[in-house]
Amino acid sequence: MDAILFLLFAAIAVVCGINLVVQTHPISSALSLIGVMGSLAVLYLLLGGEFIAAAQLIVYAGAIMVLFVFTIMLLNSGAEKKTLKTTKARWFGLPLLAGFLGVIAFIIQGALPKAEGVKFGAFTGGTAQQIGWKVFTQYLLPFEITSVLILIAILGAIVLARKEID
Amino acid sequence: MPELPLPTSVPLSWYLLLSAILFALGIAGFLYRRNIITVFMSIELMLNAVNLSFVTFSYKLKQVDGHIFSFFVMVVAAAEAAVGLAIILTVFKNRRTLEVDEIDSMKY
Repeated sequence: MDAILFLLFAAIAVVCGINLVVQTHPISSALSLIGVMGSLAVLYLLLGGEFIAAAQLIVYAGAIMVLFVFTIMLLNSGAEKKTLKTTKARWFGLPLLAGFLGVIAFIIQGALPKAEGVKFGAFTGGTAQQIGWKVFTQYLLPFEITSVLILIAILGAIVLARKEID
Repeated sequence: MPELPLPTSVPLSWYLLLSAILFALGIAGFLYRRNIITVFMSIELMLNAVNLSFVTFSYKLKQVDGHIFSFFVMVVAAAEAAVGLAIILTVFKNRRTLEVDEIDSMKY
């Protein structure tokens, strides 16, 4: 059951990721990215991260992608034009990318030769209680700094996007 | 019904390989696409791939720290999306284009 769920959602993630790169219209790419994020949330659940799976769905697939879709709608951007550089990049880029993936797969196989398999329910430390405990004791300073970061981001977004009033 | 040749538990390296594949797809989108919004979405795909690696290693080490790192990555990604999309709006307002090749006034 674990393997079936993993293979199903990994396949969905990879197909949606390829679709994101291949599609020329940004709204198709945005919808594929939502597919990737949803299937990654299921994989987080399989790895025992229930809090992070919920945060993935709410923050990423919910809030951030709504921002993206809203911007695409606001700018009314159409499909992009094909240039000469795109075909050149395809001939050089795809073999380089395949080589990069091959090197990473070799390193992963070498670093984890006989790692144990992932069993659903073997790790139950990812609950909201455990994460809250760690965040508010050991990681309290980074947590407070991120709140300042969010505040600065809000101010920056408002300053950048507002209309100039003379 | 014949027994499928599937392992009962998924090897840990498969999760890392999936993370590597998604990261490579993010790089490809970042370099191929000419639309600035799609380029930005490819960055989000790369951040997601790294998050999957964090959660996988968190499982391997039986520590919750990896979850907290990926939680911080999500927070930073949210801030980055807000500021980045505001910048894209400003660029479009000034130049009437979203093609990254045409936004090159700092090159000359």
